[in-house]
Amino acid sequence: MRFVLNGHPEDVDAHPMARLLDVLRNQCGLTGTKEGCGEGECGACTVLVDGDPVCSCLIPVSQIEDSAVVTIEGLGEDHPLQHMFMNEVGAQCGICTPGMIMAAQVLGPAPTLDEIKAALAGNLCRCTGYSAIYRSIKKWKISTRELTPRRRDDA
Amino acid sequence: MPAVGNSVSRKDGIGKANGRALYADDITFPGMIHGRTIRATIPCGSIRSVRLAFDTTGFTVVDHLDIPGRNIVDLIEQDQPFLVEREVRHMAEPILLLAHENAETLNAARVEIEYEEAEAVFDPERSTQLLKSIDIVKGDVDAALARADIVVEGTYRTGHQEHVYIETNGVIAVPEAGGVAVYGSIQCPFYALKALKCMLGPITKVRVIQTETGGGFGGKEEYPSMIAGHAALLALKSNRPVKIIYDRVEDMIATTKRHPSIVRHRTGVMRDGRIVAMDVDVLLDGGAYITLSPVVLSRGCIHAAGPYRCENTHIRGRAVATNTPPNGAFRGFGAPQTEFAVEVHMERVAEALAMDSVTLRAMNALTPGDTTATGQILREDTSALMVLDEAVRRSDFRRKRESYRGTNKAIGLALFFHGAGFTGSGERYLKSRARLDLTATGVRIAVGSTEIGQGTRTMHAQIVSDALGVPYGDIEVMQPDTSLVADSGPTVASRTCMVVGKILEECAHEMRTTLGDLSPAEYHAQHGAFSVERQYEPPGWIEWDDATYRGDAYATYGWGCDVAELEIDPDTFEVRPIKLTAVQEFGRPIHPALARGQIEGGTAQGLGYALLERVVMKNGAMANAQLTNYTIPTTLDTPEIDVVMLDNPYPGGPFGAKGLGELPMDGPAPAVVNALRHYGLDVREIPATPELIAQCVSY
Amino acid sequence: MLRDEPGTPIAGATDLYVALNFGTLAPKTFVDIWSLKELRNIYVRDDVLVIGALSTYTEAIRSPHVRTRLPMLAEAARLVGGPQIQNRGTIGGNIANASPAGDSLPVLAAADAVVVLRSVNEERRVPLTEYYTGYRTTVMRADELIVAVEVPAVDGTQWFRKVGTRAAQAISKIVVAGVRGSTTRVAFGSVAPTVVRPRETERLLTSGASIDEAVAALGREIVPIDDLRSTAEYRLRVSGNLLRRFWSDTAPA
Repeated sequence: MRFVLNGHPEDVDAHPMARLLDVLRNQCGLTGTKEGCGEGECGACTVLVDGDPVCSCLIPVSQIEDSAVVTIEGLGEDHPLQHMFMNEVGAQCGICTPGMIMAAQVLGPAPTLDEIKAALAGNLCRCTGYSAIYRSIKKWKISTRELTPRRRDDA
Repeated sequence: MPAVGNSVSRKDGIGKANGRALYADDITFPGMIHGRTIRATIPCGSIRSVRLAFDTTGFTVVDHLDIPGRNIVDLIEQDQPFLVEREVRHMAEPILLLAHENAETLNAARVEIEYEEAEAVFDPERSTQLLKSIDIVKGDVDAALARADIVVEGTYRTGHQEHVYIETNGVIAVPEAGGVAVYGSIQCPFYALKALKCMLGPITKVRVIQTETGGGFGGKEEYPSMIAGHAALLALKSNRPVKIIYDRVEDMIATTKRHPSIVRHRTGVMRDGRIVAMDVDVLLDGGAYITLSPVVLSRGCIHAAGPYRCENTHIRGRAVATNTPPNGAFRGFGAPQTEFAVEVHMERVAEALAMDSVTLRAMNALTPGDTTATGQILREDTSALMVLDEAVRRSDFRRKRESYRGTNKAIGLALFFHGAGFTGSGERYLKSRARLDLTATGVRIAVGSTEIGQGTRTMHAQIVSDALGVPYGDIEVMQPDTSLVADSGPTVASRTCMVVGKILEECAHEMRTTLGDLSPAEYHAQHGAFSVERQYEPPGWIEWDDATYRGDAYATYGWGCDVAELEIDPDTFEVRPIKLTAVQEFGRPIHPALARGQIEGGTAQGLGYALLERVVMKNGAMANAQLTNYTIPTTLDTPEIDVVMLDNPYPGGPFGAKGLGELPMDGPAPAVVNALRHYGLDVREIPATPELIAQCVSY
Repeated sequence: MLRDEPGTPIAGATDLYVALNFGTLAPKTFVDIWSLKELRNIYVRDDVLVIGALSTYTEAIRSPHVRTRLPMLAEAARLVGGPQIQNRGTIGGNIANASPAGDSLPVLAAADAVVVLRSVNEERRVPLTEYYTGYRTTVMRADELIVAVEVPAVDGTQWFRKVGTRAAQAISKIVVAGVRGSTTRVAFGSVAPTVVRPRETERLLTSGASIDEAVAALGREIVPIDDLRSTAEYRLRVSGNLLRRFWSDTAPA
């Protein structure tokens, strides 16, 4: 089974019905993608398949043959939106955060609040009440538009 | 620039956001195998026989006979077993443990259990088994009711609530020299340690290490001790690391929920609005074992009269047993139930008086010098009127109350308070400790308080930084490992900032005295490492009598007023929250952005409790144990939350801080239901689902 | 393929793992049809909107043909799950899964859609209203595959309303689609073992009877039940309310 994982070719030996989530976590060693419910309800396992956010807990690995999969690890360890989630407290416990960040990747350069809400409607967060997540994304978009990714270290 | 009061960068680092933070299920150990729990499928009865209907080759099988010490999850009372011996008291009660290296083989294993069923009790009002009762008496309530102009009565009900931390429960037990180490998603590592020691006996060495924890809300306070015990038994028997991760269904069916409640009020008022008598009866459904029900009931009862002055108060509380999984700790700990009741009741009292409910609240709100139901004389840090005034002003409450009338919109309000820290003498008995280590690289905080999303690491480091006069960046926070950190008590009861933060502040002052004018690095270079460890001393003025329930129930209280604005669909009876104004006073925020997050998150959880979250019980088990059918708010269900944080410092807290974590949970449900009342619906129960609301609307 | 590998076809798999995990579907042989690109287009042929079975909800939302000819389908698709599910769930899958709560089914039923079934030897067309024979049972044979759904031009004003358990990621408690034109067509989901076209209700509305009469007829034509998500009483009452809302919202100006 071949696919492109975070920009690199990947070859895994897995049962065709194995869930993409399990293949990523157990065979590819990428544990940034989380399981919250196993039924596509919480979005913690969101990854991009050919650019679209999907729930990796619902995808048989056979269906990503020759596709491009991007996980949270594929954004690197230092993505500006990752910093915004920490600084703006869009991440509290952090378990939904990788999925949120992946779901937010489809947003345009200046999303409205309604667009952000719609894009994240498939991702549950129990800590934040979502407001801080909107702030994280808005500040990320503003910083991206200013072309100067900045970090806020108030300390 | 001081660290305290500023939203400094968090000690969590970026791992939570880039996927590198390791939660229990992300961790493996060499040779690790998987563990599974075989659970009861009846709510009440006894076991006749257990048969392993599978090839046991390669399996480790554990039952209660494998327990070397006591088969008791040691908590308040010692009544709940790790594994059923004979008597089954609730659905999903653990009976047998299996482990195998192959997860599929493990899950395919079939165990046949024969039971003798007995009649189960599910209705708390029909339960005859009392777990705990409490009586709070102030003045003469009967005499006062007799002379009141009007007596208003009412019964209010709240349902179970499931925590829905997005990370399900999970632990890994790893055999090590002389004993076992347990890693896991655990709010209170020292609770788990205590339970493990009791279960394993004195010869086994045990330590508990918290892994990154994907939410708790009280749901990982006591139950992880059970899972830790199970994993430890399997690990010790197989002599291999054993991982137990609950899937969502198992987590929802087996673990704790918020206690359902039935609260009855009889309130005597004079025509001018003065409350002269409050007679309150609180009934909590504790589930099948005592676990934390006595203390949940205690906090519930102490808050049952609401933030109001009343010289004649009688609060009777009972927690009773039913054949359902034990209910347990959940953010608010009994107070959201009783404050829902009293705040909806206050709205009805105002209706009975034909009086504006804000005026009624303002007239009776607790102010400094007033006494609470337990006779506690409130001090200057009492802010009921301040939060009420600000919420009314900020939300434009009075104008909207008029302009929404006759439309599909409605607005309602709730005033509430929340005692910070353990109740009564709790902190005195607890004797929490905190430690600061001076190391070669700076100063290290060594406490058992856990970071579960609320910001423990950051907020403690801020307090130490400013109290010690050392840059925030030089403060390090240890991951809790019970063999390495001081037992700072459980991470519960809104005590982690106010109580543990206070001990750390004192440790920092003592360390500063030792350092003199030197920086930590200079001191270390000259004199080497040292540590400061101190124990919490509650303020000297606190007096509490457990026998009579009289005295200073809490060192201080946080105060809040929520205003809910809703839109009701007259066709479908769906309720859409439009805006929630949350005005809260909790001393002083240590980290404003994290504090705001606590208020926004707690408010959203409260909105779910009010409108969406319904646990459907069938034959004593949660029938809708899926995130599809137990619905928490999504982005589209959560309105704008306008947060106002007001200051009123508590002199006994670090930098004036009080507890905050639970306060925001108390207000949304009554504010929402009071808005529904404004719309004309006589709702006295939550969750106020469309189905329930439809019953309040005539055809 | 159909001849060689008899098995349950899987498309977006958004319901599949749920069924497997929760024991409502026994593990069996599956045939993955996700990659059959020819089943993934949406086009208009002879004034008929053809939606390939593997078209996802996202594709339906984005399709200009759907937006102009069947806007109520786009509306329904937007309310299925969240974006992740919309990116993967398919219209054909929604039909095949045969849940009475399927969000697109009342739309297709009200629009007189026809299901195109293909086996190795033949292709046949079954109106959606005749496709279901009972709770989760259909006329589809084991050797058949849903390849498309065809929607003739819709005459009249379209109307859609989903009442879910919450605002997103919700399963329908009631889902209604209606078309008000020279005839009136309405379809209800989650109120009976299958999606329902209440013919007597439609006849009354078309013939100019009062809405009260139509609501009364509707009460006789749907058979809602109590389940984990709602109650029969609520579903019955709200179905009537929504019929009234449909009627007033679509009233000629």
